[in-house]
Amino acid sequence: MTFDISQADQPAMIIDPPHDRILDVKGLDFFYGKTQALFGVDLPVARDKITALIGPSGCGKSTLLRCLNRIYDLYPGQHAEGQILFHGEDVLGTRRAPGGLRDKVQLAVESAPPIDPVEAEGVLRVGGDLARLRARVGMVFQRPTPFPMSIYDNIAFGVKLHRRVSKSQMDEIVEDSLTRAALWDEVKDKLHQSGLGLSGGQQQRLCVARGIAVEPEVLLLDEPASALDPLSTAKLESALVELKDSFSIVIVTHNLQQAARISDYTAFMLLGRLIEFRPSTDAFVAPETEAMRDYVTGRFG
Amino acid sequence: MSVPFSFDHHARRKLVNYLFVALTSGATLFAIAALLLILYSLVVNGIGGLDAQVFTLDQPPPGEMGGLRNAWVGSLIMCLFAMIIAVVIGILAGTWLAEYGDGNKLAVVVRFLNDVLLSAPSILVGLFVYEILVRPFHGFSALAGAVALAFLATPVVTRTTEDIMRLQSHALREAGMALGAGRGHVIRNVIWRASRSGLVTGALLGFARISGETAPLLFTSLGNPFLSFDLTHPMASLPTTIFQFALSAYDDWRELAWVGALLIAIAVLSINIIGRTLTRGSISK
Ligand SMILES: Nc1ncnc2c1ncn2[C@@H]1O[C@H](COP(=O)(O)OP(=O)(O)O)[C@@H](O)[C@H]1O
Ligand SMILES: [Mg+2]
Repeated sequence: MTFDISQADQPAMIIDPPHDRILDVKGLDFFYGKTQALFGVDLPVARDKITALIGPSGCGKSTLLRCLNRIYDLYPGQHAEGQILFHGEDVLGTRRAPGGLRDKVQLAVESAPPIDPVEAEGVLRVGGDLARLRARVGMVFQRPTPFPMSIYDNIAFGVKLHRRVSKSQMDEIVEDSLTRAALWDEVKDKLHQSGLGLSGGQQQRLCVARGIAVEPEVLLLDEPASALDPLSTAKLESALVELKDSFSIVIVTHNLQQAARISDYTAFMLLGRLIEFRPSTDAFVAPETEAMRDYVTGRFG
Repeated sequence: MSVPFSFDHHARRKLVNYLFVALTSGATLFAIAALLLILYSLVVNGIGGLDAQVFTLDQPPPGEMGGLRNAWVGSLIMCLFAMIIAVVIGILAGTWLAEYGDGNKLAVVVRFLNDVLLSAPSILVGLFVYEILVRPFHGFSALAGAVALAFLATPVVTRTTEDIMRLQSHALREAGMALGAGRGHVIRNVIWRASRSGLVTGALLGFARISGETAPLLFTSLGNPFLSFDLTHPMASLPTTIFQFALSAYDDWRELAWVGALLIAIAVLSINIIGRTLTRGSISK
């Protein structure tokens, strides 16, 4: 079934979450070079809830997710416009690590522009640099990405970037985050073996553990189960549901059952636009827009 | 009507296929045969003189007992020194090319120069180092030899480093940065670690490249009949000693030359085998 593109131009159908918004995306446009991939996306992310992003592939789910921790910043040529509020501050205004060569060059070239005190303050409170932002907004990728080091060191890696902890504190953090990622029992006897030796499902939970060890407030997951078998998927899902008591989770998923099972809110995207956002309980029963109805009933996508 | 045509077509394709297989396997056999022949003559001529004295005694005057200690020790010192320079510069340069070289004009130039150096005749490198390190200081030295060898090994290390680091996935870099690590921190602690076997391979291949080089040493470290550890003086090396002995009129010197050649062959062969095995491991991972 084909889809009438004009529907994408309708204003997004957003049911406000009654919860606190930890992240609030407003009018976000995203560009890969000159190609625009996101068009005026609005997305509320409720605190300590799971928000699922669904939609046919290529609709911009990953792109949207990658804006939330500015990971796209690695690639020159990619840029975002609009606002992403995190504790009321614009993530897109966050600067690269101060002291970076780029900043120095820019500072030297531009005669210092007048600084809006409000904006400056906001930037400072987010921490002023991307490292601090990413410590607070963690990410897990589609394919497991364990570092080529021991399970223990995989988890210690992120922690050491942000905090100075003693050996015994680190032991505790490692055990705690592995437990919360539902991996502790499987690896407690081989913490000092390479993370690469784990199965795919274990590696992905190791990545979750590594992410939460940094104690972020938000955890972003991009199709974390797409490379996993059903059993590993089930373990990962139950770990995520446990985690939402302490983290706000945004998860991209291909799997509608998964979205329905674990998420509190569902956002449906199409062609770079956010079409519909609502509580997951009715998202799959009574979608408002024809496009989402077609998608969840499997008529296209 | 279409049946005979397709039969013909099929038969022709089969014939071409056979020819192609015959040609490629013939060429492979030829290469292997040449290698075996070289090894065979080395073993036949060299194995007889290969004993403990080769390692413990310095080169003899003609007609007396002796070994190749001054030569192999000299080779080892100069190669190690060259490899230290090559590994440090090569890994840094390769890393820079792989990580920061995209869309950078300077990187294009550096990569081009590196490729030129990679295939530069070693005698030119020897002459160049002679001009900058031997003539100005009025003397041949082991240091000049090591620098000449480093010029030859560095491009190998640089190239391997760049190639191996480009094989690492973007996802791995992103995963590091997503935890809040800076780019350099991720390169040093994640990407280098993931590339470790490839980096070692680069160093080994660089070492294999220089361990048999004679020409650049003739202009730089010259040679020395005595054991020497002084980097500012001439130093013996296996290739220059072989060169000198093989062309001499004395049978016992010529026999030592064969032994030296066998030693180099064994060293290069095993280094290459270790290197290849390591690369295979890192790529299939
Ligand atoms: N690195 C990139 N460069 C250029 N275009 C890209 C890049 N990544 C994604 N896109 C384009 O952006 C759009 C959205 O992609 P993506 O966010 O990956 O979709 P999804 O995750 O929903 O499958 C697609 O049209 C895709 O082709
Ligand atoms: Mg995607």
